[in-house]
Amino acid sequence: MTHELLGGSRGAEPPGGRLLERARSGDKRSVARLISMIENDEPGAAAVMRTVYPETGKAAIVGVTGPPGGGKSTLVARLGASYREQGARVAVVAVDPSSPFTGGALLGDRIRMRDGFLDDGLFIRSMASRGHSGGLARATLRVVNLLDALGTGVILVETVGVGQEEVEVVRVADTVCLVTVPGLGDDIQALKAGVLEIADVLVVNKSDRPGADETVRDLATMLSLGKGRLEFTPPIVRTSAQSGEGIAELVAAIAKHREWAARSGERERRRLAAARGEIEALLREELVRRLRGRVGADRVDDIVKRVAARSLDPYTAIDELLSTR
Amino acid sequence: MKRPIRVVMAKAGLDGHDRGVKVVARALRDAGMEVIYTGVHQTPEQVVETALQEDADAIGVSLLSGAHNYIFPRISELMTEKGLDDVLLFGGGIIPEDDIATLRSHGVERIFQPGASLEDIVAYIREAVARKRGAGHAKG
Ligand SMILES: Nc1nc2c(ncn2[C@@H]2O[C@H](COP(=O)(O)OP(=O)(O)O)[C@@H](O)[C@H]2O)c(=O)[nH]1
Ligand SMILES: [Mg+2]
Repeated sequence: MTHELLGGSRGAEPPGGRLLERARSGDKRSVARLISMIENDEPGAAAVMRTVYPETGKAAIVGVTGPPGGGKSTLVARLGASYREQGARVAVVAVDPSSPFTGGALLGDRIRMRDGFLDDGLFIRSMASRGHSGGLARATLRVVNLLDALGTGVILVETVGVGQEEVEVVRVADTVCLVTVPGLGDDIQALKAGVLEIADVLVVNKSDRPGADETVRDLATMLSLGKGRLEFTPPIVRTSAQSGEGIAELVAAIAKHREWAARSGERERRRLAAARGEIEALLREELVRRLRGRVGADRVDDIVKRVAARSLDPYTAIDELLSTR
Repeated sequence: MKRPIRVVMAKAGLDGHDRGVKVVARALRDAGMEVIYTGVHQTPEQVVETALQEDADAIGVSLLSGAHNYIFPRISELMTEKGLDDVLLFGGGIIPEDDIATLRSHGVERIFQPGASLEDIVAYIREAVARKRGAGHAKG
């Protein structure tokens, strides 16, 4: 790949500036490059984020989470098509897990989205989680912010969909759709642990299959037993992403939540939490980076070895690292 | 700064047999690459647009149906049109020896016949992407 950016500091021009200019004029390849820069923490990524940040906060960001195979990608394709019909420019960010052993990833969400591949107003990006837990990649919010700043109207974020602790999407999305399917049986109880609480809209997908009524009833019962997180009760929407049935209702439910969030102050609360989360994440990254730079990787490795060998405890290790000058 | 190799894997043509391409996709994943798999019946337009949006280092197209003399040159043409000359294009499938040279002249560096060793494919992509990235760097 060409990396006019890697050299970076030619003259006063900030690295990434030219790419950003081209991305702003609608060049998709430049958008794709910028996303990689941000994902890889390439030189110039921070400068790009600094430039675009004031222009973020305009897009409608919809998260889609839920167990694997539930139809998230198929649903995202349908939602995307529906927002495109409304005239919005749409982006999809679909996260899949990276192997903790090899770092590799098989990103297969596009298989369900092929009808949109050649739509000029739709941008799809597959993203590997790269070791980040919580259902997203470390860079997902930054990439969403970039797409937002570039004038994307609706951004659909599909989470990894393997764990129960995939709650980070709430930091990125204005509205979170939790996708379930009929026939989960008692497994639906497992959703209670954290995931149900982040849902703004509950989707019973694959409603073309038997058992949808029961699932809707179970979910309604669980909601009524819940603490009642807020004054907003998540609607339960039945869809068949395969046939397209229920998609209009889902789009309406998302819009309704969005209106409520803007009216009730929920949006501001979420934005505060998101800003706090992002600042803390960046602080951690930056502090660790600086510490490594000051202490040296060898010294860190040495301390790690001593902790592993029990000749040093982790608390003293931290003191030692922080007091190194 | 770590930059994983990103590969778009697609099955083009009329037949829907994707077992081979999936085996290769998994092998590339196991070798630490990020593989974007797009499924069967992909048109050249879809393949190239996907590679562009995904900022891929390489495109691998599997093909059994005999349309290779159209599909590969067309992909190559579109890649040039969209400025993806620094992206690697390789193929897989049953392709007559005579056509391989022609395809090479159309920018398909390597065609792996069925039964090619997965190690060879992985090693080739690593080497070729490093070469392409290096060239891109020098150019920029
Ligand atoms: N019967 C039925 N199948 C569906 C529906 N939505 C998705 N599927 C199928 O479910 C499988 C998994 O879908 P996918 O979107 O990849 O799920 P994800 O893993 O949650 O992203 C695919 O084979 C889809 O075709 C639906 O509404 N009804
Ligand atoms: Mg999916």
